[in-house]
Amino acid sequence: MKGVTKLGAGFLTIAVLTMGVVRLQMVREQRFTQAEATQQVLYVSSPAVLTRLALSYDALVADLYWIRAIQYYGGTRLSDAASKSYALLYPLLDLTTALDPNFNIAYEFGAFFLSEKKPGGPGRSDLAIRLLEKGIAARPDRWQYPYDVGFVHYRDGDYKDAAEWFLRAAETPGAKKDGERADVWLRPLAANTLAAGRDTRSSRVLYQQLLKSDASWLRADAARRLKQLDAIDSIAVLEQLTAEYERRFGNPPPRWDDMVRAGLLRRAPLDPDGHEYVLNPWWGDVTLADDSPLWPLPTEKPA
Amino acid sequence: MRTIGLVALHVFRDSVRDKVLYSIVAFAVILMAVSYLIGQLTAGEDLKIIKDLGLAAMSLMGLFIAVFIGIGLIAREIDRRSIYAVLAKPVRRHELLLGKYIGLVGTLFVNLAVMALAYYLVLAYIGSTLSEAALKAASAPPTDPRLLLAVMMIGLELALVTALALFWSTFSSSALLSAGLTFGLYVAGQFGADLKNFEQVVKSPAAGLIGRALYYLLPNFAAFDIKTEVVHALPIQPGYLSLTAGYALIYIALLLTASVMIFARRDFK
Repeated sequence: MKGVTKLGAGFLTIAVLTMGVVRLQMVREQRFTQAEATQQVLYVSSPAVLTRLALSYDALVADLYWIRAIQYYGGTRLSDAASKSYALLYPLLDLTTALDPNFNIAYEFGAFFLSEKKPGGPGRSDLAIRLLEKGIAARPDRWQYPYDVGFVHYRDGDYKDAAEWFLRAAETPGAKKDGERADVWLRPLAANTLAAGRDTRSSRVLYQQLLKSDASWLRADAARRLKQLDAIDSIAVLEQLTAEYERRFGNPPPRWDDMVRAGLLRRAPLDPDGHEYVLNPWWGDVTLADDSPLWPLPTEKPA
Repeated sequence: MRTIGLVALHVFRDSVRDKVLYSIVAFAVILMAVSYLIGQLTAGEDLKIIKDLGLAAMSLMGLFIAVFIGIGLIAREIDRRSIYAVLAKPVRRHELLLGKYIGLVGTLFVNLAVMALAYYLVLAYIGSTLSEAALKAASAPPTDPRLLLAVMMIGLELALVTALALFWSTFSSSALLSAGLTFGLYVAGQFGADLKNFEQVVKSPAAGLIGRALYYLLPNFAAFDIKTEVVHALPIQPGYLSLTAGYALIYIALLLTASVMIFARRDFK
């Protein structure tokens, strides 16, 4: 009986002390939030040193650096800071890929993150390409890395270089592998990119490839981009119709109802997400509603 | 031979009594907890990360067991003075030593086998939760049988580490020193390539020669690391595994022979 009482007293003490520790931590957190704001630091910045320090656990350490890179990118992107600095993103990705030179996703997503335009993203296409070139040196057989370099150039509006890299991707042994045959669509893509410049067809091919990605967020982004391309094409057709209205009546249509009454439309047009397009009654140009999930549209012009 | 078997069985039972096999539970818990967390922390390649983590956990847990139990196999008997009682029985010194070694390696192998089973179960579960696109994008299937090659190499590496720990403990009565020396050689054994090419970073030809000699003499633990190759489904050169296994067996035989010779002459007073 005495033993049971002692045990109970012991558990009670542990419970009280645990609550004390948690409470104290909460109070401390409230009082010293500012003082404890952590600064991201890279203690080991040399890939050569880190590879040695990791002993035979280099792949595991690479995973840890990759997770850190993701958290760093996500944390910075979601932060409220006016000017977002991604200073550690490339060093983190460089370390990750030095530890595991076959870490495909670190090259591909890493380059995607680095080339994201400012002000939201780092806007470092040069570093994205440097990272992918490292991947090409490690795995010259993979078509995905040169393709991704092309994608970075494409996003930057550098269509000539984009087309060259798509062609290089088509030349890799991996692109000619049975069952994959990526060269079959990479060559026409290169041709389209080179010939048409800013057309939505090339964009569509690129984003349709991204729809096959294994990352759900990348697939979701690609699906949204494809809807935006549909909207761009629809807006082009609608603007032709508003021009036709202006030709017939001498002024742009004040409302969609006027277009319907004129027999140019059956009903007010909706974007691919079901939001009504906005008609500018002064100039007849058409835009997305700013509450549409597809707003704002990229700058591509329809073919 | 029977005596060696009995000693080995005793070591295995002792390890079970010492809760060594609890490491399996720790391994399974870590793997399951991490496999849940990974999905929240990373963007894709969950499978690769879980494979890496599982192999690294097997290797690390085995390393700690091999070193900390390996150095105590003989030292503990001497400390407790139970060595007198054991050697008073019809057990020869080399039988005791080899039995101890085989017992611990057996424990490690049982440990590894159960961990590998848990590893495959977790990978099969993860595989069942992945989308078809993710499975297609993965460099190897979730329950790739080639992962067993990495587990096998970890087993050989641990057998070599155990032989090394046992070797130090045959003449050193300090557990700390034995552990330090074993870990030190384990770390040095990862720098094979640096030692081999030492002459490229030093001016002195003698220093370069010493580096190269150390490369050939020290156990090359880096050779057992094929984790990256199997996880990424990269080809392993033909004959690599058998040559590395042969290297491990000869090195173990060398260390055990040296241990037996030292232990045969050791004075326990």
